[in-house]
Amino acid sequence: MVASRENSNNPGRIPALGLRMLGLVFISILLMYFDNRDNHLDSVRSSIGAAVYPLRVIVDAPVRFWGWLGESTSSRNDLELELNRLKAERLLTNARLQKLNALEAENARLRAMLDARAQVRDQVRVAEIMSVDANPYDHSLVIDIGTLDGVFDGQALVDANGVVGQVIKAGLMTSQAMLISDTDHALPVEVNRNGLRTIVVGTGEIDRLGLPFIVNNADIQAGDLLVTSGLGGAFPAGYPVAIVDSVTRIPQEPYADVTATPAASLGQVREVMLVFSAPTASPEVADDE
Amino acid sequence: MNRDRSSRRLPVILSMIVGLMLTMMPLPEAAASFRPDWLALLVIFWAMQLPRTWSVGTAWIIGIVVDASQGTLLGQHALALCVIAFVTVRMHLLMRVFPLPQLTATVFPLLALYQFLLFWINGVAGIHAPAVVYWGPVISGTLLWPLVMMFLSGVRYRTRSGG
Repeated sequence: MVASRENSNNPGRIPALGLRMLGLVFISILLMYFDNRDNHLDSVRSSIGAAVYPLRVIVDAPVRFWGWLGESTSSRNDLELELNRLKAERLLTNARLQKLNALEAENARLRAMLDARAQVRDQVRVAEIMSVDANPYDHSLVIDIGTLDGVFDGQALVDANGVVGQVIKAGLMTSQAMLISDTDHALPVEVNRNGLRTIVVGTGEIDRLGLPFIVNNADIQAGDLLVTSGLGGAFPAGYPVAIVDSVTRIPQEPYADVTATPAASLGQVREVMLVFSAPTASPEVADDE
Repeated sequence: MNRDRSSRRLPVILSMIVGLMLTMMPLPEAAASFRPDWLALLVIFWAMQLPRTWSVGTAWIIGIVVDASQGTLLGQHALALCVIAFVTVRMHLLMRVFPLPQLTATVFPLLALYQFLLFWINGVAGIHAPAVVYWGPVISGTLLWPLVMMFLSGVRYRTRSGG
């Protein structure tokens, strides 16, 4: 009674506001602590994410509609031109594929002779990138499939030219992926020419990657292709990652300054492929990352 | 006379959903850093107008939804929105009588506080982002406040929404 009279005397006062705020701040801090430490809260996150799914679809719809409109109104002439181009491309790819089949058989024979593990062909699934902006603090994107389609955390994303990134938060129907250009991303690679192993890290710029651990006398030069080494277990081996653009050797420093350009066009991908493959290294190694 | 409670709350909830969509909307690379904090603006407006119904609790829930959908630390936006809702509710009587320029000048430090909290939490968690990511939304949000304020006041007047 006394409390309510006090409130009616002072209409500007909201009861226990400060206490409520302190309680919520405390809960937030606890949540952040557990969220940052380990993944106990993934189920909470994905269930709220599922509730937001319709909004994501609505936000994505205009861009998708625009694309559809463009496709359905392009002229017959354009379509014929594109068809011809695709036919030519298919012929070329088929010719290369014939050779690849022979090479694969040869590779399997050689591996059998060496008693090495046979390489399995990776299963892939195409996912579309949603036009939804996510976390402003990192380089990430949202794809339109989730755990319902078998997506899992740490899964590799590639496009036609190379590695794009990996899934960091697999939701029910949409997932978030981190690009290899994010400053928090590191990826074990090897130089395709000579098998030199190193690590590629993101620089925060979408078209540049860094190789901070190349010693000054290492055999690496501009134009070298870097492919995933499969070490670390997250990425399957043998996918192109980047092409080295510059190697600056600094005599006083232990490491050379090496930069590379991503093979995939990270800024303009529309479709990506999710790779389902048995990791090449043991899962314990993958957990250490 | 006695309208259903939920129908009176509808404008607020709708504005929050639209705010969330604007937060997710894709922007060109150059403009993305200057995306205003729509939800912070909405929370400030509704906490100022209807502090008894829409205050720290609602702000916190909205923040959790933002965190889950954006993939930021769960609780980061919740904490920041909750704190600015608290400050706004504390000052709501004063802010209601402010003329628009003075109110806009009050919104600026609120948005700066909001971004500072986000920056601080990122710093503790070891997430680093360029300074423009934090300052951009403060500037664009302050510039957009008069428009948001006029639009929402119109909506509120027309629907007599509240709690």
